[in-house]
Amino acid sequence: MAGWTRHQGLAVGLPREGIDTDQLIPARFMSAPRSAGYGGFLLHDLRMDAAGRPDTDFPLNKPEAAGASILIARRNFGGGSSREAAVYALADAGFRVVAAPSFGDIFGANCVGNGLLPARVTEAEAERLLAAAPCRLTVDLETGTIAGCGDDIAFALDPVWRLKLINGWDDIDLTAAHAEAIDAFAAARRRDAPWAWPRAAG
Amino acid sequence: MTGQALFDKVWDAHRVLDREDGATLLWVDRHFVHEGSHHAFGKLDARGLPLRHPELTFGVADHYVPTRGREPASEAIARMVATLEANAARHRFRLFGLDDPRQGIVHVTGPEQGLTLPGLLVVCGDSHTSTHGALAAFAFGIGATEVAHVLATQTTWQKKPKRMRLRIEGATGPGVGAKDIALNWIARLGADGARGHAIEYAGAAVRALSVEGRLTLCNLSIEGGARCGMVAPDAVTLDWLKGRPYAPDGADWDSAAEAWTGLATDADAEFDREEVLDAAEIAPIVTWGTSPEDALPITGTIPDPARADGAAAERIRAALDYMGLSAGRPLIGTPVDQVFIGSCTNARIEDLRAAAAVLQGRQAKVPGLVSPGSRLVKLQAEAEGLDRIFTAAGLEWAGAGCSMCVGMNGDIVAPGKRCASTTNRNFRGRQGPGARTHLMSPAMVAAAAVTGTLTDVRPLLSGRAA
Repeated sequence: MAGWTRHQGLAVGLPREGIDTDQLIPARFMSAPRSAGYGGFLLHDLRMDAAGRPDTDFPLNKPEAAGASILIARRNFGGGSSREAAVYALADAGFRVVAAPSFGDIFGANCVGNGLLPARVTEAEAERLLAAAPCRLTVDLETGTIAGCGDDIAFALDPVWRLKLINGWDDIDLTAAHAEAIDAFAAARRRDAPWAWPRAAG
Repeated sequence: MTGQALFDKVWDAHRVLDREDGATLLWVDRHFVHEGSHHAFGKLDARGLPLRHPELTFGVADHYVPTRGREPASEAIARMVATLEANAARHRFRLFGLDDPRQGIVHVTGPEQGLTLPGLLVVCGDSHTSTHGALAAFAFGIGATEVAHVLATQTTWQKKPKRMRLRIEGATGPGVGAKDIALNWIARLGADGARGHAIEYAGAAVRALSVEGRLTLCNLSIEGGARCGMVAPDAVTLDWLKGRPYAPDGADWDSAAEAWTGLATDADAEFDREEVLDAAEIAPIVTWGTSPEDALPITGTIPDPARADGAAAERIRAALDYMGLSAGRPLIGTPVDQVFIGSCTNARIEDLRAAAAVLQGRQAKVPGLVSPGSRLVKLQAEAEGLDRIFTAAGLEWAGAGCSMCVGMNGDIVAPGKRCASTTNRNFRGRQGPGARTHLMSPAMVAAAAVTGTLTDVRPLLSGRAA
């Protein structure tokens, strides 16, 4: 995964609270292999009517939202299921940033593992961005700011996640450097807490 | 020096190393995988990496399994189960699969088998992994990238969450249980109210819960946005665990029991946040909207968007529109089309007993499905005659799995239909496209079945042991 520090793109507003991961991708699509591309599943049941036709009133279906890479939403975005497929759907549809007042914890971690920034802004700032969208914004991980909509907005981001996004770190590669420490830890735990290993497995 | 909380003690026991930026590498004692873990196995295979600790990895077929007959609902669904079987065979980990008598929902089977124990760190690619905290494990859901990391290294990088103690003091009234306690705090604090926090549930009403009740309470931690929920181990915990197949025995049990007893929060431990609820004030609760925070006592009225502001008013209006409900009407008497009793939240033996206590000798006015949480729960329920109570009432007695909670295995609620459900999420489309879900306890679902409407279960319990 490539790291990044600055992203310029079109922001589109989704003025709703509680966009959970079941809405980001309904469960019935998750048996598809990732290679099939998940972009078409994004917010499927909100974007499409019961007959499978696009709802032309839905913000992401409007012509001015075409090519958007920054999504603005209200509080509690990405709560619910741990399905990383919700992030695949956003990423495959071209999104790099979601800005909202709060995010589901697991969703946030999944975002960062896939190069997507969950940028926390205040309720008032989210409303300001929603009122301005669609508009072009510049998101900077070094300065922690969103520019292009009046005064710069400082977003909140866990420093661990910020470093990971900037460096494009792959955790499995990072952890490989600690293999000896992990093995030593496991041996000590087995000695000190033998009950922590499942009995029937011997 | 101040004392440590239960969460601190379990966290510290798993710290392999701390990184300068604040991330900690934690050892994982148990890793549960299910059909949905296929993305993570794909990542492992793409790197040509082996499964690092097969003896600490356990597979359960649950999300996609058929609950009525053996035939999966589609080829794609059959492939999901087959892929899990193939991964288990190739990576040599234990699978409770379609042909195993211990198969069930991962959050029912794991504790039931004694795989989940106090003081363990438990992860699974499923948000309801918070369930396992009922046994004083630090247990949380992770996404596919992190699942792949655990498969490859048996560790996970985490930032330490804040600690929150949620005390539920006093005693609950008749007909009020763990589900009502959970929906009560989520309605009060919000679906993101505990975001970034590890919850310890404490207080007299929590101590009074059985392990089954504590599993329900901790299960719903994620619906309030918490990283995890935990209950300190006590005699109830130890009695429940002793003799379970994978739990320690002999001298190992004795040393384990001593270690577990020491996990309880020290008297002088400090929390980042404390909340206190009075159990006596909690009534049976139902949800009216499309988030678990949209919950009210059954005696309440449906919220009116005209009495809210801005974004909240918009959200209430959208939820009522989706749910087909009118503002200001009483919740009691809202007709339902069907009921569902099941899921990792409420499909354990005590849940089935509570529903059966209401249904015994009565007829359901609407159709419904009862899916036990595991095959062992199913066997026990049948030994107690609960299955005959359900079928005599007119409900369908099905097999074990995630079933109608998750809308991905063939068991779904049809568009526009209203379902009284013991599940955990009333999200739009969760039980199927256009499905309208009302969350409530098993006893309340049974009451809805008997009357065909949202109903206060308490009068129906008169003269019965619930």
